[in-house]
Amino acid sequence: MPEDQAGSTPGNGYKLRAEQLGVIFARDGNHIAALEGISLDIKDGEFICVVGPSGCGKSTLLNAMGGFLSPTTGSVTIDGQPVTGPDRRRILVFQERGVFPWLTVEGNIGFGLSELPRAEREQRIAHYVQLVRLQGFERAYPSDLSGGMRQRLQVARALAVNPDVLLLDEPFGALDSITRVIMRSELLRIWQTERRTIVFVTHDIDEAVQLADRVVVLSSRPARIQEILTIDIPHPRHISSPRYLELRDELLKQIGLAFEI
Amino acid sequence: MRLPVWLRPILFILVLLAAWELAVRMHPGALIPGPIAVAAGMLELLQHGLLLKYVVASLFRVTWGFVLACVTAIPLGLALGWYRRGEMAFNPLSQIFRPISPLAWIPIAILWFGVGDLSSIFLIFVGSFFPLLLTAMSAVHNIPDVYLNAGRNFGLSSSAFVARVLYPAVMPQLLVGMRITLGISWLVVVAAEMIAVNSGLGFLIVDARNAGNRYDLVVAGMVVIGVIGLLLDVAMRSLEQIKSFQWRSSE
Repeated sequence: MPEDQAGSTPGNGYKLRAEQLGVIFARDGNHIAALEGISLDIKDGEFICVVGPSGCGKSTLLNAMGGFLSPTTGSVTIDGQPVTGPDRRRILVFQERGVFPWLTVEGNIGFGLSELPRAEREQRIAHYVQLVRLQGFERAYPSDLSGGMRQRLQVARALAVNPDVLLLDEPFGALDSITRVIMRSELLRIWQTERRTIVFVTHDIDEAVQLADRVVVLSSRPARIQEILTIDIPHPRHISSPRYLELRDELLKQIGLAFEI
Repeated sequence: MRLPVWLRPILFILVLLAAWELAVRMHPGALIPGPIAVAAGMLELLQHGLLLKYVVASLFRVTWGFVLACVTAIPLGLALGWYRRGEMAFNPLSQIFRPISPLAWIPIAILWFGVGDLSSIFLIFVGSFFPLLLTAMSAVHNIPDVYLNAGRNFGLSSSAFVARVLYPAVMPQLLVGMRITLGISWLVVVAAEMIAVNSGLGFLIVDARNAGNRYDLVVAGMVVIGVIGLLLDVAMRSLEQIKSFQWRSSE
């Protein structure tokens, strides 16, 4: 079990830093630049949302941060250590099918906990079952759960290994709009109790304004950072307050969408 | 009046048997014995203790050939499916071997292993090996990336990764392939026993014909082969129903 390194950040006070990050894919002899010159500093415990036009490279950025692909240029560091591969200290949560269908709810949450002594493992599983409100479903298989429950399960499995950073790739993108709203408040509640650093990719403007401390707007391909917007509204956020609407409009403008349809 | 669902196939078979018996009686000395004669033949085999002995002999060979093929072809197929380069190197060979009927190996089996159990076990092994190999390879290819990435994310050792991600992820597809292949082995054993041994259900059929044209025993043998094939299939299907194996169907 890696120790919880929250607070042990040396010097600069940043949890996760991307410096001049660039990713170029080679496909059929063509070189396609996905990311270019991404520099971003994320504080410990900060909630960052990444938005941008679809296909711009949001997921690529998340994969580079998670160590699932190595950047062509630049680097990602977490607590000053360069990210070189996938690691349990930073867990990626996927949009769909991220939980293991052959394991029960308990089995999924305990997936990363096999080195723990049995009693501690069970205690940790029980804690996270409760945190994501899946009591009564401990022995259920993912096929018996709704889409929202599956995503909560995936978040619980990620949190159970005590990661420094949680990377979420459009985690609510496949859910219906009502479930999505519920899941947002659930995630906020979990974030407020567990206080992890979160990088959350979304294509939903409202989602970004409701959740984030800061919203990173990416340009279309190759993605560069176009704007970083600080959402200076305390939680719980009133979604028809003037400031909320102002920030939402600003974000829509940044993405290049009209205010009227 | 509506019949219970389970009764319908039984009733249908009874009607067919009756029609069969009737047809045989209307044309005595026809080409095939009737069901009553076949049942009598089966009873005769039972009384001589031959039926059980032959069934056990056939199942014994199938079990060995099939299990040997499973423990060699499945790990090899999983490894080749994982390391694409290995697959590319191996693929032409398996594509050449695959279309060769297991029966074409009979002369070579006899040359290598003589007449006996080993020959037929070898033939079943050859007949099962390539289907299982291809199933295992394609099962690896079909694992959704998201499971592999999620598995890698939790920092498992290679052996833990195989045991806790790779193996459960391929299991549903593997079980379907194993069920189909077991069906193939059952086909092969009968053919192998017609030539390479002197016991088993395949031998029973050839022997019954050679020793005085006992077609009632021939058909009895065929019926037993069919019923056991069905039971093998049912057993494999029930394995597929195990909850942690059947996830693919519900996902």
